[in-house]
Amino acid sequence: MTDATPSAPVLSVSGLAIALPPGADRLYAVEHMEFDIRRGETLAIVGESGSGKSMSANAVMGLLPPGTRVAQGSAKLDGIDLLQLDADAMRAVRGKRIGMIFQEPMTALDPLMRIGEQIAEVFEAHGLLTPPERRARALALLTEVGIPEPERAIHAYPFQLSGGQRQRVVIAMALALDPVLLIADEPTTALDVTTQAQILKLIRELQEKHGTAVMFITHDFGVVADIADRVVVMRQGRIVESGSASAVLGAPQDAYTQALIAAIPSGRRALATGPEKATGETVLAVRGLTKTYRSAGGFFRPARVVHAVRDVSFDLARGETLGVVGESGSGKSSLGRCLVRLVEPDAGSIRLNGQETMGQSVAEMRIWRRRMQMVFQDPYGSLNPRTRVGRIIAEGPIAAGVPIATALAKAADLLALVGLDPSAVERFPHEFSGGQRQRIGIARALALDPEIIIADEAVSALDVSIQAQVLALLADLKARLDLSLIFITHDLRVAATICDKVAVMRKGEVVEMGPAAEIFGNPQHDYTRRLIAAIPGRAEGDVFGGEAVPA
Amino acid sequence: MGAFWSRFRRHKAAVAGLVVVVLVIVIAIAAPYFYPVSPWKMVQRPFLPPFANGAVPLGTDTLGRNVASGLAYGARISLLIGTISTLVALMVGVPIGAAAGYFGGLVDDLLMRFTEFFQTIPSFALAIVLVAIFQPSLVSITIAIAIVGWPPVARLVRGEVMAQRKREYVEAAILAGQSHWTIITRQILPNVTSPIVVLASLMVASAILLESSLSFLGLGDPSIMSWGYMIGAARTVVRQAWWLSVFPGVAILISVLALNLVGEGLAEALDPRSSRDQH
Amino acid sequence: MQTLRFLLWRVAKGILVVLAIVILDFALIHLAPGDPASVMAGESGATDEAFLQQLRAKFGLDQPLLTQLGLYLWGVVRLDLGFSYRQQMPVIELVMNRLPATLLLTGAAFAFSLTVGVAMGAWAAANKGRPLDRLITTIALVFYATPLFWMALMAVLIFSVWLDWLPAFGMREVGANVSLMEGVLDVARHLVLPAVTLGLFFMAVYVRMTRSSMIEVGRQDFIKTLRAKGLSERVILRRHVLRNAILPVVSLAGIQAGQMVGGAVMTETVFAWPGIGRLMYEALIQRDYNLLLGVFVVSAAMVVVFNILTDLVYRMVDPRIEVS
Repeated sequence: MTDATPSAPVLSVSGLAIALPPGADRLYAVEHMEFDIRRGETLAIVGESGSGKSMSANAVMGLLPPGTRVAQGSAKLDGIDLLQLDADAMRAVRGKRIGMIFQEPMTALDPLMRIGEQIAEVFEAHGLLTPPERRARALALLTEVGIPEPERAIHAYPFQLSGGQRQRVVIAMALALDPVLLIADEPTTALDVTTQAQILKLIRELQEKHGTAVMFITHDFGVVADIADRVVVMRQGRIVESGSASAVLGAPQDAYTQALIAAIPSGRRALATGPEKATGETVLAVRGLTKTYRSAGGFFRPARVVHAVRDVSFDLARGETLGVVGESGSGKSSLGRCLVRLVEPDAGSIRLNGQETMGQSVAEMRIWRRRMQMVFQDPYGSLNPRTRVGRIIAEGPIAAGVPIATALAKAADLLALVGLDPSAVERFPHEFSGGQRQRIGIARALALDPEIIIADEAVSALDVSIQAQVLALLADLKARLDLSLIFITHDLRVAATICDKVAVMRKGEVVEMGPAAEIFGNPQHDYTRRLIAAIPGRAEGDVFGGEAVPA
Repeated sequence: MGAFWSRFRRHKAAVAGLVVVVLVIVIAIAAPYFYPVSPWKMVQRPFLPPFANGAVPLGTDTLGRNVASGLAYGARISLLIGTISTLVALMVGVPIGAAAGYFGGLVDDLLMRFTEFFQTIPSFALAIVLVAIFQPSLVSITIAIAIVGWPPVARLVRGEVMAQRKREYVEAAILAGQSHWTIITRQILPNVTSPIVVLASLMVASAILLESSLSFLGLGDPSIMSWGYMIGAARTVVRQAWWLSVFPGVAILISVLALNLVGEGLAEALDPRSSRDQH
Repeated sequence: MQTLRFLLWRVAKGILVVLAIVILDFALIHLAPGDPASVMAGESGATDEAFLQQLRAKFGLDQPLLTQLGLYLWGVVRLDLGFSYRQQMPVIELVMNRLPATLLLTGAAFAFSLTVGVAMGAWAAANKGRPLDRLITTIALVFYATPLFWMALMAVLIFSVWLDWLPAFGMREVGANVSLMEGVLDVARHLVLPAVTLGLFFMAVYVRMTRSSMIEVGRQDFIKTLRAKGLSERVILRRHVLRNAILPVVSLAGIQAGQMVGGAVMTETVFAWPGIGRLMYEALIQRDYNLLLGVFVVSAAMVVVFNILTDLVYRMVDPRIEVS
């Protein structure tokens, strides 16, 4: 993609520093920012949360969050320093010379305005074209970004479109006036992996067609590998490494970059020959599990039916890890919640150590549920902010009749087990980072001495380096305590990293299940193949790419 | 607590409101000390204008009763009915809202239809009818105000509990084997106290308004001096004796205003999100 | 088509609510201390035992409670809300005579409060944190905290007694025998003070709601998209923020309608406006419970009708409702 002949950069940022409001954890959101982007080139700005990777984009757009301000530096677009422009001049640049797309397509459009009008507004904002011409252009743009039935979509309201389609509309608006620079701020993070692949492809195609320079902000090295020509790696507001994509990804120089790249789940485990401990006896046998949601419907409305879980069967052996993978809405989380009966299944059988658990009374359920515990997704929502950590962990044993002092003492031991200081029992959740909170959640799950742990997207909300640590902890605990693990995730890389067996779900059904190596190495079902093909950065070398490239 | 107070203090109007509220409480408690004579008793000639006589600084009414004394005693009834009716409304609204929000489904449907029904009825008209039919007394007025006051509580609590119910810590509590009762009272309700406290402070303010409106219409407890009664009694002589309606009105206005300011200050101090908006 | 279905469903629900209110009414008559017959008669002729006996027979008060309820409901269905022995007229007639005046008053007050309230709230939100915002919110807060009856009284004192700008009492000049145009002007002059006083409290409510709703919308993600398109802040505010912010205000305004009936009791009492609020006060003073409850049922029914209307408006403004 890189232009062979060096041209003047479209955007040239130098010495940029953005001051945070007083009282923040550091003085500058970013400082010493230096980078150029040329015509037709994609620059990826990569970093974990809090690295300040979005800030320079906001500064270039003149859309810094309130309280922050440019302290020094320049950002020249075709030689004109954007940071010196007044509000009106900057407004003329936005949308016309620079387009921008955002992370959250579901909320990026005005819910009360038709799609066509929202696109036409771009032309109106810059005083271009007549209203009929604007409509015609809007239609052409919708066609160009690949919206099905553009003639209908132009009259649609945002809520009638899917997330991926809405992101296409935002892209259409960003590219409506053929800008020289497109800023994409985590544009695919909120999307499913197959949709992500389509959007990335679309951005690439449009870029080639129009020669747009792209500034692509992401946390995902896989996406970087797929789309970037050059890379800037950021940490705590500073650039730690920059260079061509192949150089940075293939031979990172900086220790932090190396650690980040090493932390990407490689799925290497799946290459190992078969599951190690799958020989143990079956602890959980599930047959024909079904859960159907019916919307209320009401007097005049027909009821809507959603099959969340449809005739799912599997066995889980002691010490085994079963991965449940699928996109959003595939029913994977409903399956996990059905197993512990947070959601009541409609039909099927769940046998725990050979004993049927379906149809049991509330009291009986309380007993067996201790053997099957859960680790949740949201490190913030899964811990009660008003409860001390020790109490959070001890709630289960206390409810089961263990004296409070004993339960709290055990909580301290568990904290040590998950790698936290036992003194944490006295503290509140907000005093901990996301990764530490997930450790607390794991300690809580272990408090009742379960045999099975269900981890529902347990590492999805974490930065990649933290993710690796938590995954390692889970694998270690599993081995030491001889636990069985059901690992629910949308991330195939993570699944390939720790699972023995994998079930692929779609629309409530398991479409394919088998040993991880087989599923990832030789997928049989078309949907599994599509999922794997959509994983970003596959070619960079791991189980999904065929041969592994030594790091 | 310290952090809460320092956030509250930043909101100067709220601090002023708090000072006024404390002042009104002190006056209410100390009323018999300042004015040992009953506020119903004639102490001077009728229609004595204010600032003319040091003993009756705010003048006398149509029957020669001391306006200042009436104001001091009126503060008692306002605060008393305001707080008690709010407490009763909370006792009805919180459990209904919590049950609806926590259990959802049919329970929610039934409880919310019930709540909506009460919200559809014009609340002031209902209060008038209730007090009129059950004869005006401290109890009937308090209950009438509570009856028209609980639906917003139930709706607020339901919404907040519903939001908390979706959080994973509640699922974790269920898996830990806790009972619904424990989960609602120990896990969820502590997380929704802030909005309830804010609403309660505003409810005391509206209860005071409502009580004064009822008294104004002649639906006050006939044996108790109240601000609304004073204005109602002075209504027909507003041309001759402006002070009889102006002073009690200002007393109501200031108390209600102060309580609203305190409520706003509480909202900002208890909700970190809104305090961040200040800058 | 869908709107028609919705309307049918909404009307059915409204009828249920009114029925429930009627049952509540019935319950109140029987829960009231003393003999239901004397409650119905009011304290007037209560001493006349023969009269009470006649009442008991007429309303089947000697029959089982359920039968009585049935009779009562049947009466309401036939628009028979009982008889006011005080005024010697059927309740429904009394109420219907007074209803137009109340509709005029509350309608004017509602229009005034909503337009001024939304405009001021939007203005304040557009200037958030500046002195203008503080001024508007302070004014709103003061009107919000002022007792309605007192505000009405002060309005009479200032604009009628002291300044002598506007009439303080009634709806028309007594005995005015004038042309249509002059008549309309006369009513309009009488309307100003009560409508504005009644409207000011609700204006304050709408100012606060509009302001906070606009600030909430201004925080949403799509505002950033609009800025990225290069739209001016003025267009963003007017075309996008206001439009999104006004929806919750409209729906809350519908719920608030019930409060306006209560406010009408106050204003009509002070301004001697010949509406059902004033009628309610008269019933109260004369202990005419039959009339009191009749007014209550009619005002509740009025609120139900108004809620249906707001729901319909809401459906027209918000495209998302049509499909979901």
